[in-house]
Amino acid sequence: MRPIINIENVGKQYRVPSKRRAAYATLREALVGAFNTSMKRLAGRAEMNEEETFWALRGINLDVYPGDRLGIIGCNGAGKSTLLKILSRITEPTEGRTRLYGRVGSLLEVGTGFHGELTGRENIYLNGAILGMKHAEIEHNFEEIVAFAEIGRFLDTPVKRFSTGMYMRLAFAVAAHLQPEILIVDEVLAVGDAAFQKKCLGKMSEVSRDGRTVIFVSHNMAAVQNLCSRVVWLAGGRIVQEGDPSRVVSDYLRTTLTTMSQQTWNDPSTAPGNDRVRIHRAAVLPANGMLQDHVTVRTPLRVEFEYWNLRPGAQLNLSVVVRTEEGSPIFSTASFREPEWHGKPFPAGLFRSSFEIPADLLNDGVHRVQLDIRRNERDLVFHMDDILVFDVLDAVEERTAWFGKWIGTVRPQLEWQTGLIEDPLRPDIPIRDVISML
Amino acid sequence: MNSTPGESVRGLPPTVEELPAPFGDSALPEEPLVVIEQRHSWISIDVPELWRSRELLYFLIWRDIKIRYKQTVLGAAWALLQPAFMMLIFTLVFGRLPGVSGGIPYPLFAVAGLVPWTFFANAVANSGNSLVNNVQLVTKVYFPRLLMPAAAVLSGVVDLAFAALLLGGMMIYYGVRLTPHILMLPVLFGLTTLCAISTGMWMSALNVKYRDVRFALPFMIQLWLFASSVVVPSTVIPAHLRWLLYLNPMSAIIEGCRAALFSTPFHWQALALATAITFAAFVVAAHVFKKTERGFADFI
Repeated sequence: MRPIINIENVGKQYRVPSKRRAAYATLREALVGAFNTSMKRLAGRAEMNEEETFWALRGINLDVYPGDRLGIIGCNGAGKSTLLKILSRITEPTEGRTRLYGRVGSLLEVGTGFHGELTGRENIYLNGAILGMKHAEIEHNFEEIVAFAEIGRFLDTPVKRFSTGMYMRLAFAVAAHLQPEILIVDEVLAVGDAAFQKKCLGKMSEVSRDGRTVIFVSHNMAAVQNLCSRVVWLAGGRIVQEGDPSRVVSDYLRTTLTTMSQQTWNDPSTAPGNDRVRIHRAAVLPANGMLQDHVTVRTPLRVEFEYWNLRPGAQLNLSVVVRTEEGSPIFSTASFREPEWHGKPFPAGLFRSSFEIPADLLNDGVHRVQLDIRRNERDLVFHMDDILVFDVLDAVEERTAWFGKWIGTVRPQLEWQTGLIEDPLRPDIPIRDVISML
Repeated sequence: MNSTPGESVRGLPPTVEELPAPFGDSALPEEPLVVIEQRHSWISIDVPELWRSRELLYFLIWRDIKIRYKQTVLGAAWALLQPAFMMLIFTLVFGRLPGVSGGIPYPLFAVAGLVPWTFFANAVANSGNSLVNNVQLVTKVYFPRLLMPAAAVLSGVVDLAFAALLLGGMMIYYGVRLTPHILMLPVLFGLTTLCAISTGMWMSALNVKYRDVRFALPFMIQLWLFASSVVVPSTVIPAHLRWLLYLNPMSAIIEGCRAALFSTPFHWQALALATAITFAAFVVAAHVFKKTERGFADFI
């Protein structure tokens, strides 16, 4: 089978302005220098010597076949967006060559080119033209777009008066009816409500069932695993791994996870701390102890600290604050109810303290752990921010329609109950009239 | 831009690999539709691609026109009021000077210059900022970037049409009779548009990297106004220095407009020079634009 996209040794180099600028000794030199550079600028020539370069993407070789649903994953700055921008021809590669054997429709953002002052109808035409649809194509799909977007009677209202949901639906509807052989989608599912996301996913699998090709970039591993037939993992501008989605995703998660979820200091003379307490090891790991599993909201966790007590006789208490990535506290906990050693004098030696975080408590996202150690319940003898930083992922097995972020710093599973309390068949109930009026 | 890899094997029988597969990829074209690589081409403008994008150009113009006077009370009347106010001011300041307008009533003289000038000045200002004002489009979708400054210039034609009503009304009021000279007007309009697109293209490309353009452009246009024979005719300048004025194509074009409307003699040499300079400017601007175009999304 022949590829529909053939990427050959593609690289993209960016220039970043260097911090050190040419130093001018005299005012005259400075003026002459400024004049020369401005002349060059007027002629549209960039001055190379003032800039440093880095490769956002390098040595990418990849074939994409018709009907592929290719997922691209990687950390921020891995080159995912750069690759999409090259494929959509927004930016030029510095080296290498890509051959496209089909029309590309790219959706790097929902609602590109929408104008608030224009009505829904007008925006459908404008956005369609911007995405590369012919006027006739837009006419042909118009009814379907309106139906898909469910904006019905607001068709002739300026979109600045639309709710976010309506706006998103309309924008995606236009893009979804673009009929390119290759559809490029960047993180669109990060927005919108559950129903909308379900619709988007449905439309995207429909697109690939027609034999068209979808390239999909996302940080949402659940969505990637659900939608994609093949996954490419980028890191540092290069392809790390490529192939079966569940395999690549789990390898990716494993390496990104262990970065800060475990820290060990072996030398008690240089480990963080002081002449009272020094830290040997800090770790957060699944409570069953299996390190190879990635941590999801469904995983019970154990947080462990190993530390040397250097002053015999001190009574030590540990307290921990768990924060979100942005730093807002989620909860704090302390060892006051620890049964073995609390309130007793610690002899000198290596101790281990741990506690468990039950499953279904933390929300997905990055979590930061702060550790404080107090002596005799008063004096702070050790303090460290971000002693652990760990990522909790969305549970893949939770295949509901919702692929967005759950709101809140925690995400407990709570027992819901529903029961019928007013029987509509009883005559004295006012709801009866309402129902019969409908 | 659409280069053809595998050109060397053309004319030879296809190898096994190139034969269409039984199904699946039989729909794929033999040659890639697009090859994405760094361009080193010296050809400034990809005409076939522009032609394919004509519908988008139309929609961009249409969008500019639609939203220009949204949420204004006077709406498109502004297109008429701008030159009208300018005319009043110039008439108050210069109208009393004897012999300035060469026998034509000064208000009429001023309007005949201001109507094409306003079109030109707005076109340059809008297209100079067109790329920067559409960052969202430039960084998120591919289209020939040239459409952006071009649409900004062309959408001004509607304003020009409104302003022309003012001019037409005043010509009727002063009882000006038209002669075949008026046939030069479309040519002059074409030259004005080309001059505006050239300037706008160059400025918009520079603006992407150096936002100084945004601040310098209004001053530049102000100065240009006084060097374009809008306020006073070129005859106020000593004859041996007048060629300096004609290095500015707009000066000859605006005097040409007056000659077309008031049936005064054309200054053909000046017009020829203006045409040559405009086309040269277009070639240079297109080259600068194309050269910086590939970096737009990276710098903007």
